[in-house]
Amino acid sequence: MSLFKYSSPTAFYPLAGKLVPWFAALAAIFAVIGLYLGLFVAPEDFQQGEVYRIIFIHVPAAWMAMVIYLAMAMYGVMALTFNTRLSAMMMEALAPTGAIFTALALWTGALWGKPTWGTYWAWDARMTSTLILLFLYIGYLALINAIEDKKRADKAGALLVIVGSVNVPIIYFSVKWWNTLHQGASVSVTASPKMAAIMLWAMLIMAIACWTYAITISLVRVRAIILERERGRSHSTRVANTLSATNIVAGS
Amino acid sequence: MAASSVSNSTQTAADTLRGSGLRLERGSRTIIDNISFGIASGQALILRGANGSGKTSLLRMLAGLTLPDAGVVLWNGEPLRALSATWRSVALYLGHNNALKDDFTAHENLADALSIDGISLEPSAQLEALEKVGLIDRRHVLARRLSQGQKRRIGLARLWLALSHAHHKPLWLLDEPTNALDSEGVLLFTELIGRHLGRGGIACIATHLALDIASRAKEMNLDSRIEVVR
Amino acid sequence: MTATLNSLTQIDSPVFQPERGFIVAMARDARLAARSKGEAIQALAFFVVVVSLFPLAIGPESALLKRIAPGVVWVAALLSVLLTLPRMFANDHADGTLEQLALSVYPLPTIVAGKIVAHWLMTGLPLAVLSPLLGLQFGLASGELAVLCVSLILGTPVLSMIGAIGAALTLGVRGGSILLALLVLPLYIPVLIFGAGAVEQAMVSIDFSANLSLLGAIVLLAGLAVPFAVAAALKISLD
Repeated sequence: MSLFKYSSPTAFYPLAGKLVPWFAALAAIFAVIGLYLGLFVAPEDFQQGEVYRIIFIHVPAAWMAMVIYLAMAMYGVMALTFNTRLSAMMMEALAPTGAIFTALALWTGALWGKPTWGTYWAWDARMTSTLILLFLYIGYLALINAIEDKKRADKAGALLVIVGSVNVPIIYFSVKWWNTLHQGASVSVTASPKMAAIMLWAMLIMAIACWTYAITISLVRVRAIILERERGRSHSTRVANTLSATNIVAGS
Repeated sequence: MAASSVSNSTQTAADTLRGSGLRLERGSRTIIDNISFGIASGQALILRGANGSGKTSLLRMLAGLTLPDAGVVLWNGEPLRALSATWRSVALYLGHNNALKDDFTAHENLADALSIDGISLEPSAQLEALEKVGLIDRRHVLARRLSQGQKRRIGLARLWLALSHAHHKPLWLLDEPTNALDSEGVLLFTELIGRHLGRGGIACIATHLALDIASRAKEMNLDSRIEVVR
Repeated sequence: MTATLNSLTQIDSPVFQPERGFIVAMARDARLAARSKGEAIQALAFFVVVVSLFPLAIGPESALLKRIAPGVVWVAALLSVLLTLPRMFANDHADGTLEQLALSVYPLPTIVAGKIVAHWLMTGLPLAVLSPLLGLQFGLASGELAVLCVSLILGTPVLSMIGAIGAALTLGVRGGSILLALLVLPLYIPVLIFGAGAVEQAMVSIDFSANLSLLGAIVLLAGLAVPFAVAAALKISLD
């Protein structure tokens, strides 16, 4: 399979470089269309007024928070079973983006909650489990940064995310259970009014924008990680050499 | 099943241990670079080299604790699977640390090591081993109060018992076993290694001393990376 | 001499008896703990002190104290277990016996399982046994005290198990104990919810058996998977 060729960091580096501008362009285009539809075309919500428009950021961000963690877990399985270094590098590249989307989901949720329900934070099942997801991201980042040996950090991080992903459904279920146990303290964020088709479209397009943004950023980041890690390695000096060669050519 | 077939094979066929193109990296540092060697039953590989030259790393790699970044370790032609059941019944590893619990006495430490190895021996046999390595009077002393040399001697007691045990592990991986040993202790160690090799065992030993087993030993200097190739 | 020795030698076939690894590791850790009794008692004392801080911080109003008792006792138990986690593997790692355990003839997951059970016997079980006494300070009724104790008996093994994964991953890492807390605490949340929830339900006379059943299910599922995860984590950390 020719695809396996790209499981080597050195082979993936130039490919990622070629993909970055495309995904960046897609992300920009979809973001512009999505924001235009969401902020200008979509009608005002008859209950919430203009405030509801934050969902065009909030909902895609919350989706990405989950999706990126699952993607990391899948890369983690690959890193441990096939011992592919690139998988672990992709995890490391995805984690900050996932953490930022999680924080964004929490922050926009709070901003949305204040005018709508009169409180920034409610111990709602979704908000609480999103907060815990943020803790899981922070734990992963703390672990891989605390371990000096990169090989060990890769594997330890992969194992941690796999254990975490097994726990995510249990955490979500337990928090929901806990929430029903303590009725009254919470507000229901789930009760969304029937959405107009244009709202749905705006949200989906924004979701695609977030996807492509996440892919762009993690490709840029994984390129940086490859360069940093492969510094001084024999077969990677090739990458560095090609790079400096192109720089010299460009400079002369 | 694996254990018994292994111990049978040590009595009948000759074992071989080969390393080929072994490399180990830590961060951007290459600790072991392209090392190859081969030894067979009755032979010892003596690892020489300055501190930090990778002796411990190589032994840990042979034990299956560390995975090489490149290259392969072959036992009887089969690639070593790290920490597999077969491998754990082949290799006896005495590490850089003494692997003793400070809160256990000398005798308890020996018993502990044996039970981890799945060997159950009568106490009298254990006492015999302690007698042999000169720890019989110190057997009730906590390990924390033993001298470095005495701690090392508990390792010698394990080797002595390993030689007497039916599940004789054919491969010994010893990291500075002679460290802190007095001349009498070194003599005892040499005797044990000689008996092990005489029974068709294989040993990889990191040591600074010249051992009196030269005829059966190959030396590898990790400083200059002189490779021993068969 | 060798001949007489061989006749005394009892040959185990360790490959056929993986449960021996469990027993060997558990007995070993139990004996070691008995040598340094102080550590187990310290964790227990910490548990009592933390629980006693809450009335001092909140005030002696008995209705409020009773209301928060399940949560307070559970969080304190969780923190005490957390404190004991670093030494689960750290001592064996430092003196080199962890390598011997990894190279033991017994499969590493069975040894890990033995160590986890030993850890629970030294920390979780004493906490659970002591908990009714602390619940009494908060004015819990006898039925509620029993539920508190049972919930801790069911829940603390999971704390030891998940904690073992964290302890194995952070082995020898600088600033490991804070990192360990950061990794492990979010994963403790379901156990905390079900454990404290059972007691709260008992306090408002709701059927609490569902919570205890869920705890039991988590213990069983974790018990099947965790030894393998910890063994994998130890191999990573020893590499």
